[in-house]
Amino acid sequence: MDEFDRRIINTLQGGLPLCEQPFASLARELGTDEQQIVARISKLLDDNVLTRFGPLYDAERLGGALTLCALSAPPEEFEEIAGKVNAHPETAHNYEREHALNMWFVLATESRGRIDEVVTEIESETGCRVFQFPKQEEFFVGLKLDA
Amino acid sequence: MECTSEIDGGTRRLVTATQGGLPLCVRPYAALAEQLGVSQDEVLARLSDMIGDGRIRRIAAVPNHYALGFRANGMSVWDVADEDASSCGREVGELPFVSHCYLRPRHLPHWPYNLFAMVHGHCREEVEAQVERISGILGGRQRAHDVLYSKRILKKTGMRLNGGT
Repeated sequence: MDEFDRRIINTLQGGLPLCEQPFASLARELGTDEQQIVARISKLLDDNVLTRFGPLYDAERLGGALTLCALSAPPEEFEEIAGKVNAHPETAHNYEREHALNMWFVLATESRGRIDEVVTEIESETGCRVFQFPKQEEFFVGLKLDA
Repeated sequence: MECTSEIDGGTRRLVTATQGGLPLCVRPYAALAEQLGVSQDEVLARLSDMIGDGRIRRIAAVPNHYALGFRANGMSVWDVADEDASSCGREVGELPFVSHCYLRPRHLPHWPYNLFAMVHGHCREEVEAQVERISGILGGRQRAHDVLYSKRILKKTGMRLNGGT
């Protein structure tokens, strides 16, 4: 990662302007042209240094539902169960964590009812009980990681 | 589908076209407009409305923590009394190393924790020190806590409407 990468990552975490040429001012600041910025973003995405670049949607404000879930997968079946959970398009994120509850995933759906449907599907596909941890109250969401 | 009326056609098309990311070009909103068969002004206006009411948090790059050296990601979980939970959450959520802080339901008897705070550090020792700071702030209001470290990202695509992958 070079200085150019760092500047792009740090600036673009904060947001992109809503105008015809949103990379123009960043390009000026960095002494380069917009095409170079776009090419570098593309490379950072390909290298998985950036995981996403675009509008960050709030599923709930869009009228949908978002719930954190967890299950306890037997070690010998872990990969297979992860595959089954990931196969659902409603699974937005899935992490392996060190605990008896070793698989933590976020379901994002268009309606509250659909969360329960997907949970029931996952339970029947995997044979695991799924615990739901919907957020009841939220305190500050947002982290800027300095590259 | 239950909530279709919540998302109108134009918004749905915009969300579907961008949930995998913004077009990577010098004029991304113009490219979107062409793709959707609408004017660039309409794309900009819709995005602006959605940012205004929080349906879009921001248009931004999301870094991979691990690639940036934040190799330790700990989900700290705390059992605090219900009557203290909101004030505890507010205090913990303000800490600079906490990215997400929520109250969630307990699942007794095995899961007594109701306050979740995501902590990021360069290494586990850093996360442990940060968890100690949270513990110090909560003081006697905490009854138990644990930290669940992430071992692997199994999937990280974000929300996908319409069954898109």
